[in-house]
Amino acid sequence: MKHTAMIAFHPFALAFILLSQSGPALAEHKPAASIPTVDLLQPADLAASLNSASAPKPLILHVGFRKLYTQAHIPESEYVGAANDDAGLQLLRSRVAKLTKDTAIVIYCGCCPWRDCPNIAAAYDALHALGFTQVKVLYIADNFGDNWVNLGYPVTKGS
Amino acid sequence: MTGVRVILVGLCLATPTLSIVSIPSFAGDGTLRVAPDFTRTDLEGKTLSLRSYRGKLVLLNFWAAWCGPCLTEMPRFAAWQNTYRAAGLQIVGVSMDDDAAPVMRVYEKYHLNYPVVMGDAQLGERFGGVLGLPLSYLIDPDGRVVGRYQGELDLKQLESQIKSLLRRP
Repeated sequence: MKHTAMIAFHPFALAFILLSQSGPALAEHKPAASIPTVDLLQPADLAASLNSASAPKPLILHVGFRKLYTQAHIPESEYVGAANDDAGLQLLRSRVAKLTKDTAIVIYCGCCPWRDCPNIAAAYDALHALGFTQVKVLYIADNFGDNWVNLGYPVTKGS
Repeated sequence: MTGVRVILVGLCLATPTLSIVSIPSFAGDGTLRVAPDFTRTDLEGKTLSLRSYRGKLVLLNFWAAWCGPCLTEMPRFAAWQNTYRAAGLQIVGVSMDDDAAPVMRVYEKYHLNYPVVMGDAQLGERFGGVLGLPLSYLIDPDGRVVGRYQGELDLKQLESQIKSLLRRP
């Protein structure tokens, strides 16, 4: 139905719409709810594994925004770039390009409430599209401050 | 026009912090008691000092163009600025976007009638950390923080609080 409607558009009208959409979209994103529950990791569980000397340490990647990462982030986590645009996704792909597909990876953002996060689902999809099989997503319900920092979990700052 | 806009955006990015005067004051539980002053160039190219709004009730709103709930609040903020300006309300936006271009697009799209400056990690830390958006502070005419609102706002409740504070002698 949607496809039919597009065909009925006057070509000039369609061109105008496409041109007017140049530049990054404002707050449009795939919802985090699209990520399967089985791939979610609770903050308490990740914090416990970070505090455990014997637990295997995954590669932890921050796929959100630089200004938030700089203020506080999980120790040893790497800033990759915001996955809400092509540039950020490309940085993510480059970072994991040489890793084996069974590398344990945890991605997180926490820029805003879970359902509104513009980055996390895009990053998850990109890693899956590359064939990574051990990807977990840190479930941050509200924001990184409330669901990680304020709970006393390990944190560091700086870029 | 585009050239002027580029210059203004450049100014916002090139002069992020002109001066930081006051020292933030935190209560024992870590909550911010006194709003730290900052001076920045806003999107219109004007110098903005938070301290210059002493005597007004200030709603300081940290936001970003990528933040859906932030954009939901903005039309209401613009309406409040019109409605309560004469009574002493001043809204100030601080964008935590990494790039000023989408900020300018939002500014124009939503016809924002209050100043917006570009924030950074340093400014965020001075406010106790901007570790998620949206985040707003209500600052009384003496510069004291009287409200902190993390996440989606109950706009009705906040408007009631604003009206109540504006009525105070």
